[in-house]
Amino acid sequence: MVRVLLLVVVLAAATGLGLWWRARNGRYAAVDASLLRRDAGTPDDDGRTDRLTADDLGAELGTRATFVQLSSEVCAPCRRTHSVLAGLVADRPDAVHVDLDVEEHLDLVRRFQVLRTPTTLVLDAQGTVVGRLSGATDRRHALAALDAVPGSCTDGVAAR
Amino acid sequence: MSGPETTPAEVAARPTPAGIDPRGPRFGAAVTAVLLAVVLLLGTSTAATVLLAVIVASFAVGAVRGAQGTWQGWLFRTLVRPRLAPPTELEDPRPPRFAQLVGLVVTGVGLLLALVGVGVAVPVSAALALVAAFLNAVFGLCLGCELYLLGLRLRSRAA
Repeated sequence: MVRVLLLVVVLAAATGLGLWWRARNGRYAAVDASLLRRDAGTPDDDGRTDRLTADDLGAELGTRATFVQLSSEVCAPCRRTHSVLAGLVADRPDAVHVDLDVEEHLDLVRRFQVLRTPTTLVLDAQGTVVGRLSGATDRRHALAALDAVPGSCTDGVAAR
Repeated sequence: MSGPETTPAEVAARPTPAGIDPRGPRFGAAVTAVLLAVVLLLGTSTAATVLLAVIVASFAVGAVRGAQGTWQGWLFRTLVRPRLAPPTELEDPRPPRFAQLVGLVVTGVGLLLALVGVGVAVPVSAALALVAAFLNAVFGLCLGCELYLLGLRLRSRAA
């Protein structure tokens, strides 16, 4: 009887964990505004800034936003996320999508405390990391991220 | 784990091994989850240890040959897939194979501890592996995606 109870508890815990994981997977989370208000271009003690440059990424930044996707080899959702973001930027000339392999960008992984793949850092026009999409994302979440990026541009070509 | 060098742009474009039906590994995880549940119900008996050893052996095969090379994968191909519509997309076999490796480590440690006399390791490792297999089967959670980066960070820190 105790064993049956144990099994039920384990399965209930797994279900709760799964529901929690699914609810937050791929959603846009903005960087705390109070942290952003510090001048992002000012280097910290290590001479680093919260900004990413075209040199860091090996690609030009988008005029409104840049999605920096961090992917790993052992990750099927990374590929789905890649096609979602690639499809989105095809409709949005002001946005850019860069897909990086975490093995070759451990510096970025550490710098931005990336814990899982895919994680997509969302950059504004200056390269400041303003938020992230953690986990496999869909077009809806990616569009929400694009809308949340602070910027003067207001034309929403595919924003609805 | 030192794979071939790739440039960032090649991450998605690199040639991938022949794709597998993504429903296969999830079906296999469901079968494994049922077996792990039985291990839990058997408590710390010899039967529990024997069944756990069978599961460890399956994970070992899967870690070497990929999830499609296990007996669960064979079951899926011969009994389940003929009754399903063709898959809409194929999946890279490497992520499920990594998940098999994670399963092998969790259940393997439990089995080793049980063999040196720590009987409680059988239900504990079975419970942990059951949670992972259940999340994979029911929610499609990709264990490799959640754990790989942590492993990579730890490994590169140690190096």
